[in-house]
Parts: sequence; structure tokens; C-alpha cells
Amino acid sequence: MEQRTPTLRSVAWLWFGISIAVLAVGFRQAIFLVPTDAAQGNVGRIFYYHVPIAMLSLIFPYINFVASLFYLYWRHREPLKALAADALALSTAEVTVVYSSICLLTGMLWGRATWGIWWTWDPRLTSMLLLWLLYVSYLMLRRFSSTGQTHTLAAVLSVFAAVDVPIVYMSIRWWRTQHPAPVFGGGPDSGIDPSMLPAFYWNLAGWTVWGICIVLFRFALERRRQLAEQEAALQAIEASLEIPQ
Amino acid sequence: MKYLHHVWDHLRKDLRLEWRSRDSINGMLFFSLLVVVVFGLAFDPTSYPTMARQISGGILWVALLFASITALNQSWTREQRNNVLEAQRMAPSPASALFLGKALANMLFVLAVEAVLAPIFIVFFNLHALGNVWLLAVILPLGTWALVVNGTFFAALGLRARNRELLLPLLLLPISLPALLAMVQATTGVLTADLDPIQINTWIKQLLGYDIIFTTVCILLFETVLNAE
Repeated sequence: MEQRTPTLRSVAWLWFGISIAVLAVGFRQAIFLVPTDAAQGNVGRIFYYHVPIAMLSLIFPYINFVASLFYLYWRHREPLKALAADALALSTAEVTVVYSSICLLTGMLWGRATWGIWWTWDPRLTSMLLLWLLYVSYLMLRRFSSTGQTHTLAAVLSVFAAVDVPIVYMSIRWWRTQHPAPVFGGGPDSGIDPSMLPAFYWNLAGWTVWGICIVLFRFALERRRQLAEQEAALQAIEASLEIPQ
Repeated sequence: MKYLHHVWDHLRKDLRLEWRSRDSINGMLFFSLLVVVVFGLAFDPTSYPTMARQISGGILWVALLFASITALNQSWTREQRNNVLEAQRMAPSPASALFLGKALANMLFVLAVEAVLAPIFIVFFNLHALGNVWLLAVILPLGTWALVVNGTFFAALGLRARNRELLLPLLLLPISLPALLAMVQATTGVLTADLDPIQINTWIKQLLGYDIIFTTVCILLFETVLNAE
């Protein structure tokens, strides 16, 4: 652990630098280089932030779900691996809340500019709000339940929450909604003008790399907390052994 | 067969306990009655029959949801007295049988409340359903099961948490929202006859799908929750 830390730290800084750089390129592409949208004007540029973040806020819950399943599987068999899975589940859940909040906020700004209203109870918007609520309640459960059971109970709740993710994804395909139809892979009319693609891909890459960066950072932090907790527990046991009988 | 026998034993025990105390049914009944009265005063439904029809489906379900939360919080506390829950963890019957028995008992309690509440509701809201009323005989049990199955599960999940009473609604409400949407839409569709039967059918099918998915998840995961140490 001691020898690995400096290398890991420089890799982490490198990763952070790359994500900032890619985001900067994406910003330049989206704000200055892409031609202004014919129908929406400059407001259309919010597309390059809203859509990549919305896509990612449906991917992180899956990592959370898979990590929770691994936690439940390893819980008794390999408790130390299970703790790592739990740390990953916690960090992805927090990033899910951040990303889906940004998705909802940018969506509201965009809706206000193009539809004239901040919010409408349409299936896509409602199911996205539901996703946000579910992961907030996941974090809430982790704070409320006493230590020791938190991990198991949270992993169980994560399975329940994961049921909603495919509903959000399919909502614009199942129902006729006010939210625009799928842009990618949605049918004959989907897809965007080639001039918009570089900005979209740079931003998608940038937010992906940035998201992974936060997840790993939070994961490392949670691992340290777990190790410190184990250390404290061990010391308490050793101290209790030294008491003269 | 043995499994069903275990479920039946748990169900019978819960029914007998409730019969002797009648805590949850009385509590739920009075609570939902109060909700109906409060909403009745707030909206004055008798003067606006159309509006009453449009909102009463939602009010009925919100009243039942809140009422069942008050009862569900109590339903596992009984088992904690005298360490009954610990005994059940060690018992040879499968954990999911305990869960199913408890969920069925809670379902029966809520259905009993509905049976009393429905006539009162019709009187206070001056209701006159325009659609096919018999569909309610499908919607009500399906919707009740959706609330009760997750509610029983999350009440067990929050059993050893701090702030148990607060945790249950915080977890149950987000999970129940899709079911709540389906049952309110279906009920309102029946009462107002605004939705065509195909749409009502779709909502009922969604509710059924929700019931099947979450009952399965609950049964599969209940043992983990019960034995979470």
C-alpha cells in the first residue's frame, strides 16, 4: 500500500488533468465552433451538456446495481472484497445523484427556453425525477441505518431502484411524450447533423472521464474510511485483551 | 404444500394478534376517514361533482397509502417484543413464508379498511361513477397489494434503523410512485369515463406487471434483510 500510493496519486492527477482538458475542448467545440441551431438559436447548445449527462446518469446506476449484487454475493464468502464492492456502490450512487440533478436542471432550463414551462409531468421527466428520488432515498437509508447493517440494506434497496432505470430509458420509446424522441438509435428520423457530432462526442467523452474521476476519488476516500474503521476496531480488540483478567 | 402451510401459519398468527388488539385496523380506519373529511372540507366536492370525480381517485389512494404506512410501521414492532423475531430467524420455516404471511395479513387489513371507507367516500364526495364500476374490483386489490408488499418489505428493512417511522415513507413513496400513478389513473378513468377501456386496460396491466416484479424481488431478497446483522 505504501509503495503504490505515489504512483497511484500521479495517475489520478494525470486522469484529472485529462478530464479537464477534454472538457475544455468540448466547451470550445460546443460554445464557439458548432453552427447555431436553426430552430432554437444559441439555446440549442445546452444539448451538448444535457444529453451526455443524461446518458451517463443512466449508466452509473447500473454500476451501482452490479456492485450491490457483488456485495450481496461476497457478503459472507469474502467480506473484504464485499467492502470494496460496497464502496463502489456508494460512490456511484452519489455520482448518480449529482449527474441526474444536473440532467434535471439543464432540462428545466432548456424546457423553459423552448417549451415556455419549467416542468411538465411527462413520462420521461417523471421517471427521471423518480430515478433522482430513488437514489436520494438510497443515500438517506445509508445515513439512517446503524453501522453494520447499512451495507446489506443499501444493497437490497439498490436492486429495487435499478428496476426504474430501464423504465427511464424506454419511456420516450413506449409513450408519446413532450420530451423529444430518441436522438440516437431511435428510428429513421433519429441522428443529428454531422457538423454537430464532434462537439457532442467531445462532451460525452469529457463528462464520462470526469465522472469516472469523481467515482474513483470517492471510492478511494471510502476505502480509506473503511480501513481506518477496521484499524480502530482491531485496536479496540487488542486493548481489551490487555486488561488483566 | 409445506411452504403454503408455513405461510398459512404466519397469516393466522397475524390475524389472531390483530383480532385481539385491533390496533392497526382501528388506526388506519380513523386516519383514512380523517383524510377524506379534510379533503372534503378543502375542496367542497358536493358543489362541483365533475371535479369531485376527477380528484377522488387520487384522494382515495393517497388516504390509503398514508393509512397503510401508519399500520406498516407497527406491523413488525409486534414481532420485536419478547424477541419473537429472533425466534423466527432460527425457525426452520423459510424466511419468505414469514414475509408472505405478513404481507397477506396486511393486505387483508387494508382491504377491510377499504370496504368500510368506500361507502363513506361515496356519501361524502357525492360520487356517481360514470364508467364500468366492476373494474374497481380488479384495480383495488392489485393496487392494495402493490402498496402492501413493498410496505411490508421496507418496514422490515428499516426495522433496526434509527428513525424507523421516518425511514419507511422516505423509502416507500419513491418506490410506489409508478404503482400509484397506474392505480390513480385507472380509478379516475373508471369514475369519470374519460379514458377509453383500452387505456384503462393498459394501466391495469402496468399495475399487474409492477405487482409481479416487486413481489418477486421482495421474496428473493427478504431473507437477506431479515438476517442482516
